[in-house]
Amino acid sequence: MTRIVRFWSLLGITAFLLLPWYMVQGGFWTFGWVTDPGGTGASAALHVASGRIWLLGPALGLLGAVLATVLPLSQAARARAWLVCGVAGLALLIGQALLILGTGPRLAALGDAAQPGMGAGAFVVSVSLLFVMTTGISALGRGRGDAFVTGLVGLIVALVAVFVFYPMAFIFVQAFELRGGAGFGLSEFVPRFFSPQTWSLGCVTGSGTCGAAFNSLMLGILTGLGTTLLGLSFALIFTRTDFRAKRLLRALTILPIITPPFVIGLALILLFGRSGSITEFAHWAFGMEKTRWLYGFWGVWLAQMLSFTPIAFLVLIGVVEGISPSMEEASQTLDANRWQTFRRVSLPLMRPGLANAFLLGFIESLADFGNPLVLGGNFNVLSTEIYFAIVGTVADPAKAAILSMTLLAMTLAAFVLQRMWLGRKSYATVTGKADNGQNAALNPGLKWACYLTALPWAAFTLMIYVLIAFGSFVKLWGYDHSFTLQHYKQAFGIVVRNGVHFVGAAWDSYVSTLTIAAISAPLTAAVGLATAYLLVRQRFTGKNVFEFSTMLSFAIPGTVIGVAYVMAFNFPPIELTGTALILVLVFIFRNMPVGVRGGIAAMSQLDKSLDEASIMLGANSFTTLRRVILPLLGPAILAAVTYSFVRAITSVSAVIFLVSARHNLATNFIVGRVENNEFGIAIAYSVVLIVTMLAAILALQAVIGHRRLRRSDRVAA
Amino acid sequence: MTKGSVRFENVAKRYGEVTALKPLTLDIAPGTLCTLLGPSGCGKTTTLRLIAGLESASEGRILIGGEDVTNLSATYRRVSMVFQSYALFPHMTVAENVAYGLTVKRMPRREAQSRAEAGLEMVGLTGFGDRLPSELSGGQQQRVAVARAIVLEPEVLLLDEPLSNLDAKLRRHVREEIRQIQQRLGLTAVYVTHDQEEAMAVSDRIIVMKNAEIAQAGTPHDLYERPASAFIADFIGDANLIDAEIIGSGQTKRIRVDGIDHKLVMQTTLTGAVKLVLRPHQIALSATPRTDSIPAEVSYAAYLGNHIQYSLTSNVGEIFAILPPLETPFRRGDNLFVSWRSEDIRLVSQ
Repeated sequence: MTRIVRFWSLLGITAFLLLPWYMVQGGFWTFGWVTDPGGTGASAALHVASGRIWLLGPALGLLGAVLATVLPLSQAARARAWLVCGVAGLALLIGQALLILGTGPRLAALGDAAQPGMGAGAFVVSVSLLFVMTTGISALGRGRGDAFVTGLVGLIVALVAVFVFYPMAFIFVQAFELRGGAGFGLSEFVPRFFSPQTWSLGCVTGSGTCGAAFNSLMLGILTGLGTTLLGLSFALIFTRTDFRAKRLLRALTILPIITPPFVIGLALILLFGRSGSITEFAHWAFGMEKTRWLYGFWGVWLAQMLSFTPIAFLVLIGVVEGISPSMEEASQTLDANRWQTFRRVSLPLMRPGLANAFLLGFIESLADFGNPLVLGGNFNVLSTEIYFAIVGTVADPAKAAILSMTLLAMTLAAFVLQRMWLGRKSYATVTGKADNGQNAALNPGLKWACYLTALPWAAFTLMIYVLIAFGSFVKLWGYDHSFTLQHYKQAFGIVVRNGVHFVGAAWDSYVSTLTIAAISAPLTAAVGLATAYLLVRQRFTGKNVFEFSTMLSFAIPGTVIGVAYVMAFNFPPIELTGTALILVLVFIFRNMPVGVRGGIAAMSQLDKSLDEASIMLGANSFTTLRRVILPLLGPAILAAVTYSFVRAITSVSAVIFLVSARHNLATNFIVGRVENNEFGIAIAYSVVLIVTMLAAILALQAVIGHRRLRRSDRVAA
Repeated sequence: MTKGSVRFENVAKRYGEVTALKPLTLDIAPGTLCTLLGPSGCGKTTTLRLIAGLESASEGRILIGGEDVTNLSATYRRVSMVFQSYALFPHMTVAENVAYGLTVKRMPRREAQSRAEAGLEMVGLTGFGDRLPSELSGGQQQRVAVARAIVLEPEVLLLDEPLSNLDAKLRRHVREEIRQIQQRLGLTAVYVTHDQEEAMAVSDRIIVMKNAEIAQAGTPHDLYERPASAFIADFIGDANLIDAEIIGSGQTKRIRVDGIDHKLVMQTTLTGAVKLVLRPHQIALSATPRTDSIPAEVSYAAYLGNHIQYSLTSNVGEIFAILPPLETPFRRGDNLFVSWRSEDIRLVSQ
């Protein structure tokens, strides 16, 4: 432990002396600061010498920790000294960062001190202080005296605090701030929060339009209900009938993962818009009037149904498969017929799964941004209102913050409800014992009801995707259906003249999307799996709070995270807007739940005694993780990396506020084309993205399949 | 304190409100095999995991080899463990499993390999090194787990119900092997089981636990011959526990069972209401009354080849007896008389 503390505190002191404390123009990795040690590249030590005396605090913490490693102290006293030094250093560092901003200090007593955003030096010093503190905690015997575990807990807590809770706090600050910097209060918040613009029920009472909050709520409920019912239909067909094309159904579940936002909305426009194919056909065949019905509630709902039904399907497959066949067999031996068995045994056992699917659909619908943006028309929902409050002609951050709180309140309520409902009851029917019964087949009425709802829907979904591919190759949908490659040329043109030139308009955003997704994917998986490891495998004080707070971040809609990041990271102490780093960060913390969920599922399969055996054989937690857990989790890790990668590519709601001219992203590029009605190029780009992501997923499956092969080869040898 | 000893000084373990272990003091002598025995939930596994360092004590001090290890992580304790599930790493071969503890300690690969081979030889698995654990039988996996634990030459070897996944026949064989290896290497071993026969068979000393504390500790012989409580008497070998009362004092002490006074041979400090401990094989049955015998009726008889088990109902409750097979066995409904030798009886407090 002494060695660990000495390493970190010396590293921190080195950073304090040598690395530039503040953000460097042009980025750290260009190393421009090396040649400018007196200016922007100045280390904290130089700043202290030139009057920024408050930067000395963190260094004192590190010095104290080093001193404690050499002084003749008892083990316990040394541990306490480390803890105190780490806490004090961090407190001083955070304190100065929050008090002295770019524009000047918050307290008049500090004079006119000002400082830019923190940079590499501050980062390394913070991390060093954090690990000095956590090592001190472990030396006090917490976390079974394991410095790696306490360090990991500390690191994850710090990351979640800085990159989830700190920005979220800004939403609250912004919401309660009074105009003209007059401090904080409820006097403006309350009327705006309950403004009729948000909550109006006009469309129900017949006096105009409804507020965004009400719209979101209704849409969420109807989408939740619809996706759950359809998902159940699909799941029943998949598990309880002898339907032939089950593999095709299974392929449906992969679609929402690889579908960029807007794609479904665009396809619906191509079909049902004013000049859409079906609209034209209905007009021609039945003389039906061409209307703009698609642009509003029903259009958004239809798009969400198409987008989220596969998610409900995926959830419900697990639930329906999880019902032990012996339950149904028992019911049948008690002389219940198939309908009675389904109605009285299977369905009640599915209840938590149905609730889960509903709430998931509800949360997804509330958080959905792409579909309402494309199809909403005058139908306002919270997520688009928030967007327009930030990027609209009149930027109104306070409104965005207040609407974000409304949206957050709804998703959190749904989330808490879900946890409460699932927490109370246990419906687990599959035990560790082998269970070789057969699931009861559906009775014919139910079977046909499922066939008639689900199969047309599957055909419809399939048609949408075929259409997208088709639509990218026609000149102008609805008017000129001649074949063309012009959209692809425009987006991804390559000219070979004196070298290769990527002249297509989309190349920049495509490359930066893939780059940023590729950087953030392994980091997302690492943070997610580390969190899962702590949740499944370790016990520590405050674990329940830790678990709840990581789970909470599942429920924060992307738009809200995006707004929070803009508000929090636009000025010192952490000034990141306009950098690629903020995009990487938002992807990591937005997609962390994917890694956590995957990690928890995979790690729960591994017997805990494997870790304990490794520990007992003299390996520390880190070695155990590296040599036992990670190799056994191989496929799960690959899956987490791939899904984080794919989700980063399709993400739009969180990043739309954060992209910059230098770091534009694919989804943002598509939004721009959609807003200019350049549907062809938007669709062509989407097709390229779908192919890219499909390739990533297929590569993943090939690798995982290959691994399994190799192991069985070894068995045969 | 010498190498290999284990000492608990008032060690307690609590999970929030739940007490898993009441303050416990115990000493395990070096080179002995000590068994923690008790029904499930009695605290025996918690005690083992405290020695291992897989749990940290809520209070008290733990010493291994005389050194305070209370706050030392499991990684750095010179203690190995054989797990109930064996916990062999499924992605490593048998040899890699056995060498794992050596390689994480940065031992050169070649030396680790030869040590692992020696370990496998000791458990009789030479030549199995290249296999995966899943290709071995349960008994072989168990021996790999033992080899993996002992190649580290631990001060203390912990065994957590090591035989519970083996079938009954194999169990006796493996427990003898474990005992032989432990004695050959002079290891201190702590062995957790809920099977009293297994405990009797392997232990130098048994610590019987109940309700998160020690009920009684001693050699197998001590526990069987001098049970300190009705619980121990019943738990270590079957016993009939018959309500009785001690009458008189000094040399004239007698014991009254169901209104009849019996001779009391053993010395005892107990007085008043007690329980009489009678082992099933110490019960004699006869068709005709004997001196001081108790009338009873056969309610169940089971023929088990080398002996017959009888359950009898009597005024003093149900009596369980084991007798060698007779020419004409007793049958259900027979009215018999139960008697015993005065020197066989043991007394415990009620």
